[in-house]
Amino acid sequence: MKLKTLLLGAIASTAFAPMALADGHEGERGRDGEVKVIYWQAPSILNPYLSGGTKDLESSSLIIEPLARFDQDGNLVPYLTDEVPTVGNGGVSEDLTSITWKLSAGLTWSDGSPVTSADLVFTAQYCMDPEGGCAQLSKFDGVTSVEAIDELTAKVTFDQPKPNPYGPFVGAQSPIIQAAQFADCLGARAPECTEANFGPVGTGPFVVTNFKPNDVIQLVANDNYRDPNKPAFASMTFKGGGSAEASGRAVLETGEFDYAWNLQLAPDVIAKMAEGGKGMPISAFGALVERLEMNLTNPSPDLSAETRSTVAEPHPFLSDINVREALSMAINRQELVDVGYGDAGRPTCNLVPAPALYASDNTGCLTQDIEGANAKLEAAGWVKGADGIRAKDGVRISILYQTSTNAVRQDFQALIKDYWSQIGVETELRNLDGSVFFGGDPGSPDTFQKFYADVEMYANVFDGTDPQAYLAAYRCGNEPKPSSQWQGENINRFCDPAYDAMIDELARTGDLEKRGELGKAMNDMLTKDSFTVVPLVDRGRVSAHSNTLGGVVLNVFDSELWNAAEWYRTGN
Amino acid sequence: MLTFTIRRMFTSIPTLLFISIVIFGLLQLAPGDPMAQVPLTVPPEVKQKMREALGLGAPVHIQYLKWLNQFFIVEPQFLIDWMTRDSFLFGWLPDTQLSMVYDVELEKLVPQQRNISWQTRSPIMDIVIQRIPQTLWVVGLAYIVGILIALPIGIYSAYRHYSVFDQAGTFITMVGFSIPPFFTGPLLIVIFSVALVSLHSIYDTTHVVNDWVSFKYQLSQMILPVMVLALQTTAQISRYMRASMLDNLNQDYVRTARAKGLKEGIVVMIHVLRNSMIPVITVIALGVPSIFGGAIITENVFGVNGIGQLLITALFANDIPMVMTITFIFAIMIVVFNLIADVLYGVLDPRIRYD
Repeated sequence: MKLKTLLLGAIASTAFAPMALADGHEGERGRDGEVKVIYWQAPSILNPYLSGGTKDLESSSLIIEPLARFDQDGNLVPYLTDEVPTVGNGGVSEDLTSITWKLSAGLTWSDGSPVTSADLVFTAQYCMDPEGGCAQLSKFDGVTSVEAIDELTAKVTFDQPKPNPYGPFVGAQSPIIQAAQFADCLGARAPECTEANFGPVGTGPFVVTNFKPNDVIQLVANDNYRDPNKPAFASMTFKGGGSAEASGRAVLETGEFDYAWNLQLAPDVIAKMAEGGKGMPISAFGALVERLEMNLTNPSPDLSAETRSTVAEPHPFLSDINVREALSMAINRQELVDVGYGDAGRPTCNLVPAPALYASDNTGCLTQDIEGANAKLEAAGWVKGADGIRAKDGVRISILYQTSTNAVRQDFQALIKDYWSQIGVETELRNLDGSVFFGGDPGSPDTFQKFYADVEMYANVFDGTDPQAYLAAYRCGNEPKPSSQWQGENINRFCDPAYDAMIDELARTGDLEKRGELGKAMNDMLTKDSFTVVPLVDRGRVSAHSNTLGGVVLNVFDSELWNAAEWYRTGN
Repeated sequence: MLTFTIRRMFTSIPTLLFISIVIFGLLQLAPGDPMAQVPLTVPPEVKQKMREALGLGAPVHIQYLKWLNQFFIVEPQFLIDWMTRDSFLFGWLPDTQLSMVYDVELEKLVPQQRNISWQTRSPIMDIVIQRIPQTLWVVGLAYIVGILIALPIGIYSAYRHYSVFDQAGTFITMVGFSIPPFFTGPLLIVIFSVALVSLHSIYDTTHVVNDWVSFKYQLSQMILPVMVLALQTTAQISRYMRASMLDNLNQDYVRTARAKGLKEGIVVMIHVLRNSMIPVITVIALGVPSIFGGAIITENVFGVNGIGQLLITALFANDIPMVMTITFIFAIMIVVFNLIADVLYGVLDPRIRYD
């Protein structure tokens, strides 16, 4: 069977899942025995506030929960509250400076004690402690106070209007922890609380019985879970480690496990495994975009360390928009998808391809146009020299193109080098180990922030569904530079006052439709209007579940295990 | 002999200190960042705060001295406290509180800061101790199985030099030597777990052996990784055994023994074998540290999350305290087993005297 049919089948089966649920998958808690999940990256800790790693975040989402999280379509759904506060229902103040959360009545922790607003206050205090090194501090950005109004109500106040007040206590990144358990773990003492970090008391469907760091987690159903009929599974084994191949095989071919996370494998490898018939791959698309970043500043090693790759020195040829546009035009994105991602990727011209509200109808880059690119360069005065490489005023278009070491990325590099050679552009390829490239070591010349290359490629995404902070990264002055120890998110060193004005406007706008328009306009400014960012592929997530595991809904906007409470064993 | 052993033990202290400095220096110089695995969605200033919380801001020599103190003083104190409190062997002794220090602010005894992993924020030695059983079961058993297979093959190959058996043995050992475990591992999985019987391709580290059924389960999940690792050991040891036997078979004393009219079995199995075992035993002893080191690749292929897997994940995550501690434990093992091999040599071979 082809992967495509399998995926279609998977999509169809998830679409009908709610119906199937009504068809008699209800029953008492723990009726379906054990479920086994495998993550090829093993969780190290179950406290997402001390680790930003996806593996830690997702495993902890089985145990501790936020007040509300995003569903598979990016909509906010209430978890520990009855309704998500909005301006409409009075939960968010008119001036957008505060949000009031009300916990559902009767909620209890897995140890039986009641969940109260004091736990919300404590969670905020825990993460905002200056010495704690909280990984999710940005979720609490701009929070001036979190105060308990009554037993079940807490009010979060911001220092300025927040059109998107769903930072604290929303999504897998910001779950509620129990004040009683973590009381002695504030600030510098956080790492000393091994017991709490390895077995947090939570409100989620499962409770940890045994946690072996970087190896395995054993969980049992939470007796105090709010729905008396869930979870269907009495216990869960969460195995970590190995490789994506091994975990894919364990679900699809040998049937030893029920769910395998994030199978980053070549499309034909997954299709071959799926022939094993024990399970099926599932995929979903979020906003993760593999892109080329154009360096607008000069990375020449001849420059001094103070000015190299900084705004002081514009790039000799990439500062010409015609060159950037031609480089984008020459790329055959469909071919890249076919080689690297198969059905788990799709060509895109957008920096923000999802959610629909923010996705611009920008499709101009989807067809490769070598002739057009050549004509554009010709017209802009870049003419081919004796060596076949275009040059203008003695500046040759010779590109150093870097990325992290990864089989798919090296395939992409080779293909793109070939496209560019067809328009008279010389390309030198370079790949760097991910831990160095993405590590922020200011002393290393090889980090993506330092950008000592002309073009670099990687993927990035934003948490949840609101791209405000993501788009705000391209503000003038936010670029990595020596004076900021090369920290900063404006990787391209893009600077446009009109764009900055739009960032400010987005930060003030509460109306969703208006936000969508602004977001699209900003996306277009960075992509099709300036070719500063050249998006290549909208990367989907591929996971796999066994044929006997029902209720799985792959969610890329939150933890993949967000609805583990709804999972059940299908008959046979 | 005793003075030699004691002298060697004392000289190994500066060796180990030197090794620890070299490891620490190399890790400091190596590129990489413990925050590299944190998604790009976490802003850089938050990552900087996380780095500071890990103690990365402190000067290098302070970090080193802190590690030395934690490894050589604090951790043994915790071990002694644990032994007098919870262990079966020393539990009858009065409970010690060596690891506790008086905190003036809180006005009570609090545990000292232990050597903490950056990934898990928990004491490294606890994780290492948790990992040892898996590694010993699988890698240790593979080592024993490998030796048990290798010795007869080596002996017989040498005795029937250039026979079909010898040629076949040479071929198989060369295959074992040259095919890496990341090939044999998945190959065995495809053959035994996917195609034939359903042997386990993922090791269950939480499995407890308490009856016949669970023992059979343990066997069935260990058999594949043990096979992969034993192939390597067999290849190595059987070559040593064969070479060593060949050296001795042509010696004068063998001819003398035969001339005396001793049975062939006694000549080979007693006279030749005992002399041939001397170098082989040292090779076996020198290989023991590698058991504790685990098998990085095989452990990863089969999900036997032992010491090897712990080291490789720590390397990927740039968890410097963890890498430092595990590597240093390996160094101690290697130094100790070198000493044991030297002493064994003297014990087994009367011609060698150290005094």
